[in-house]
Amino acid sequence: MSHHQLDARRMLCPMPVIRTQNFVAKLPAGDTVDVLCTDPGALHDIPAWCRIHGHEIIGTQEQDGELMISVRVGANSD
Amino acid sequence: MLATQAMLEQGIHVEGINFYTGFCVEGHTHAIRKKDKAKPKRNNALWVAEQLGIKLHIIDVIDEYKDVVINPKHGYGSNMNPCLDCKCFMVRKAHEWIEEHNFDFIITGEVVGQRPMSQRRDTMPVIQRESGAEDRLLRPLCAKILPATLPEREGWVDREKLFGFNGRGRKPQIALAEKMGISDFAQPSGGCCFLTDAAYSGKLADLWSARGERRYELDDIMLLKVGRHLRPRPHFKIIVGREEGENRFLEGYRKQFTHLYTTSHPGPLVLLDGKANDNDLQLAAQLAARFSQGKMAETVRVELHEKGAAKRELDVTPLTNEEIPVEWYL
Repeated sequence: MSHHQLDARRMLCPMPVIRTQNFVAKLPAGDTVDVLCTDPGALHDIPAWCRIHGHEIIGTQEQDGELMISVRVGANSD
Repeated sequence: MLATQAMLEQGIHVEGINFYTGFCVEGHTHAIRKKDKAKPKRNNALWVAEQLGIKLHIIDVIDEYKDVVINPKHGYGSNMNPCLDCKCFMVRKAHEWIEEHNFDFIITGEVVGQRPMSQRRDTMPVIQRESGAEDRLLRPLCAKILPATLPEREGWVDREKLFGFNGRGRKPQIALAEKMGISDFAQPSGGCCFLTDAAYSGKLADLWSARGERRYELDDIMLLKVGRHLRPRPHFKIIVGREEGENRFLEGYRKQFTHLYTTSHPGPLVLLDGKANDNDLQLAAQLAARFSQGKMAETVRVELHEKGAAKRELDVTPLTNEEIPVEWYL
């Protein structure tokens, strides 16, 4: 299991979702990714994308206008 | 949504594809403008996929899409909307995707006669032909009034359970939604693309005219969505943040542009796009002052950050409304 970080700051949705989708596609189940964003829409869109594709949101944090959305890669997802 | 549900009810596995061109309305303005903060922040494609219980693949086509916007073979609609070329492009990309992922056919929610350009009886076959999808493109909502496609002929889909909708009205679709138990749906009549917007299209045309060539980058088309745009001289324009959210968004572009803001009074961030001499910079500063809270003051101090130069301060008299010709507003 590895932990990764993905910088999607200053991108507007759906780009943070697209970046997350493309990044996660290369990872095995169980890996975790912290996605850094500034678009508040990502707080809705990344969890929605995770629910659809069988990934898990393991936490969200907000500090100084920056968001960190932590995702655990699910099994049987693509 | 209805076309997908119709397929799901026939036991067919469906996955969604959503193409991101950079001109999509949703997802941007709500993230920028404070006044839109109260609007739902959902991405409609994701929301629909979740309601239907299908996977959704969002595909970045920003670069490939440029040729569609710049050189549309079938021309534009009433604004800069290349609807027929756009549909051909998206179905072609969907066709490439299904081939790569071993899917059998493509469905869309198109209805004959629903759109003046891309959903006419004579243009719908053009999409099949030019996309390369041919008869692997099924339109479940109007299939009964179109020739049978491969999935129908092969019996993968029961044609009898498809629909024969046509025309601009949405009543049959709304009735079908009710029958299917769908009570909430995304805007059913378009408006999801900035290229159909007259004001936006005017700004894009101005950008190309000022540059002397038809090209754009993602940042260009994003900036056209934000702020008040004024072109006081052919060789430069200014973008003025209209509120806090826009100012914050424009701040991300400070390193790429000459920019100004008032320091003696609260005011917007102003980006300057183009080449400006000292007189132009003076004019831009007067405009920045006009859109600040010091617009009635005798003198307003403006901090100017010229690209590649040290910052400097200018004391200017704000322009009055009467001194700003309406033609300057894009």
